[in-house]
Amino acid sequence: MKISVNNKEYTVEVDGNPSLLEVLREQLDLTGTKYGCGEAACGACKVLVNGTPTPACITPVTSVQGKQVLTIEGLETEGKLHPVQQVFLEEDVFQCSYCAPGMIMTAVALVENQKAMGEQEIIDGMNGNICRCCTYPAIVKALHKLTQTETKG
Amino acid sequence: MKDTPNNQPDTMKKPAPEKGISRRKFFKYMGTGIATYFVWTDYLASEALFPGEDAQAAPDQLSSWIHVSETGAITVYTGKVEVGQNIRTSLTQVVAEELFVPVSAITLVMGDTQLTPYDRGTYGSLTTPQMAPILRKAAASLREILLQEARKEWNLGEVELTLEKGTVQHPGNGKKLGYGSLAKAKRLLQPMDENVKTIHPDKWKVSGTSVRKIKGEDFITGKHRYVSDKVLPDMVYGKVLRAPVYGAKLLRADTSRAAELPGVQVVKEGDFIGVTANNSRSAAMALAMIEAEWEKSPQVPGNQLFEHLEESAGNTDPVPAAVSDAFDNAATKVAHDFKVSYIAHVPLEPRAGLARWTGDQLEVWTGTQRPFGVQEELENTFSIPKEKIRVYMPDTGSGYGGKHTGEAGIEAAKLAKATGRPVKVNWTREEEFKWAYFRPAGLIRVKAALTGNRISSWEFHNFNSGGAGISSPYSGQNNYQEYHRSDSPLRQGSYRALASTANIFAIESIVNDLAGMVRTDPMQFRLDNLEDERLKAVIKAAAKSFDWKRKKAGTNHGFGMACAAVKGGFVATFAEVVVDPDSRELKVLSAVTAFECGAILNPRHLESQITGCVLQGLGGALFEAVEFNEGNVSNAFLSSYRVPRFKDVPEMKVVLVNRKDLPSSGAGEAPITCIAPAIRNAIDDAVGVKLYDLPMLPSGVVPRS
Ligand code: FES
Ligand code: FES
Repeated sequence: MKISVNNKEYTVEVDGNPSLLEVLREQLDLTGTKYGCGEAACGACKVLVNGTPTPACITPVTSVQGKQVLTIEGLETEGKLHPVQQVFLEEDVFQCSYCAPGMIMTAVALVENQKAMGEQEIIDGMNGNICRCCTYPAIVKALHKLTQTETKG
Repeated sequence: MKDTPNNQPDTMKKPAPEKGISRRKFFKYMGTGIATYFVWTDYLASEALFPGEDAQAAPDQLSSWIHVSETGAITVYTGKVEVGQNIRTSLTQVVAEELFVPVSAITLVMGDTQLTPYDRGTYGSLTTPQMAPILRKAAASLREILLQEARKEWNLGEVELTLEKGTVQHPGNGKKLGYGSLAKAKRLLQPMDENVKTIHPDKWKVSGTSVRKIKGEDFITGKHRYVSDKVLPDMVYGKVLRAPVYGAKLLRADTSRAAELPGVQVVKEGDFIGVTANNSRSAAMALAMIEAEWEKSPQVPGNQLFEHLEESAGNTDPVPAAVSDAFDNAATKVAHDFKVSYIAHVPLEPRAGLARWTGDQLEVWTGTQRPFGVQEELENTFSIPKEKIRVYMPDTGSGYGGKHTGEAGIEAAKLAKATGRPVKVNWTREEEFKWAYFRPAGLIRVKAALTGNRISSWEFHNFNSGGAGISSPYSGQNNYQEYHRSDSPLRQGSYRALASTANIFAIESIVNDLAGMVRTDPMQFRLDNLEDERLKAVIKAAAKSFDWKRKKAGTNHGFGMACAAVKGGFVATFAEVVVDPDSRELKVLSAVTAFECGAILNPRHLESQITGCVLQGLGGALFEAVEFNEGNVSNAFLSSYRVPRFKDVPEMKVVLVNRKDLPSSGAGEAPITCIAPAIRNAIDDAVGVKLYDLPMLPSGVVPRS
């Protein structure tokens, strides 16, 4: 079967009905997307499928046929970080950073759908993602800063 | 930095030099240059560079070294590891400061048993108070050597020279000498000068500033490979058969159906049964096809945990008569039991191990806080000498005290040995919940009495959860505390701040209740009964920021506070809560934490540690608990074991108290201790309900008094 990830076509094995997460990590060596729970409870594995944040751990790879999958590895454009990555880097939000890819993908969809956001909207939009190091306030602050400057600009 | 050894994958093949420090061998290994080293005991640090040759690593040895190569590359070697506490950054800052180079000029090689000196492990908030000052002195010593070499080069006497960006500057002619050229063709290896002059904290330019996480970009682009992400050529995925419940013994297992699956290999060694396959899904399918029979053994029922902890404890020492007499004779007194549940660390990256055998040499990559401990575990498992075992510890997806062991690495090594291929074992979340270890549960019994406003009797027993933080910081007479070891029904181990969280919860609850009994402001009561000025200072700082005396926003609003001195850190947390009058739901509105741990190395990262501690502590305070019965953990999933999320976060404020005149301590533990009692005391203040168990409100609802 063929799937499209980060604007590239890949041929993947679907024997045993693997999840998108397993295929990304084990067949395509795209290990930026993480495993944290396997049951859509932590957000570590979130990728964008046609722009929608989707937990790759419970998504059968066969279901993304004909759709566009975007992972953390495909986020930079022409060598430039996405504004969400940039603001997280500037604000130095993470500790172990294991949650970072899932947080970033979720946030990318959030800010692209809705430019100006209050803190509560950010919290609501991000609540499906766990940061066990509990860097939550820094994440909210960074995203808030980003959405404020984006509106102004 | 081409010449740093961490970029030479074949160092494994280099022969280990003979015992003892030999300059020739050292530089053969490191490349020419100039280096300083530090030895904690009189045992020579660099022996650990070359494990083996019956070198017994002294357990209390703590060492490191710094090397400048001919290209000017500066490499620091430390057995400490990075699990998100950002010590890679703070330690780099310390070295950069003394050597007058930007942090980007320095590479830290961490937690690689082949390359770094022996280290007992990264825990107990010891990196900052122990490793940072050593690296500071080692770097300063290296600087002095470089200056000396420059003076020689220029035929100068003992004149003052200045340094800038990795160069030494001539006092007269404006010429500069780079560290690389000073190190050229040299083989200078000197012990750190214990009395070397280091830069005074008032003059720090790099230390004490918010340098960003080193290699931060690798983490936010997904490029950093955690162990669970690593891949080796020809690697297969492994899974291990687990017992259905604690304490079950394997009677027999039929693996024939599993073995028939394409690409699957079954490994059976006594009670150890595992499978490998070309992908993790096939490995999981194969594992599911194994038909195993188990013999269960009686296990403690979950609802009898606390009785069991008390009954299984050994004989207790008699309480001194003065303590019990003072209690008996006092007019104002309180006695209560506190129950503390097991909780799980839930590192977002579950345990992972990757192993490769090359002949009789073993390499293991695993996320552990104790790479040298894992090396020993492997030594015992395979009965091979340490010098044949190399453990790598890439920066890992957190630990919180939960990754002191090397299970996944050992399992991977067993499977790799049997199959002859590199094997990766990534634990599932369920495995991490069930087969790692927990923060101990505990029963705490306190009796305390007052004479006037002063504590006149204090008796404190902790069953099982541990002795850390058991000593009350309050002055007063007739103190007695004892930690009783019990039989733990579940596997338990280290956790952030160990038992301090439990003990301080009990201490700070009782002290607050005592204050209430004599109608004294709980903060004033504490200040009256405390002696430690550093502790009093953080209380005052937090109170000021919280505005303790302000009017409450309404009925059912409450303020609470708690304070503690843990491992060189001084912390006070103030909380505001509101209890919904109808639903009785609790909302934590705000939490202000003041923290002091000496001179601050990196304010941004310190604040992050404090915030992280407080919020992780909020989970254990309110809702985190491992549920189990008859040896089975019944909430071994993130959908059933609740951890703090964005929506649980109150308004957070951190007040950093910087004491440049005092040595720096760690911050990864102490700030976790006060949020639970602060919330507990705030609930009491709001609705007059005193809670005694952790977690306090698994259902989120405050009971009616
Ligand atoms: S791994 Fe998919 S949501 Fe946790
Ligand atoms: S930074 Fe460690 S899980 Fe988020």
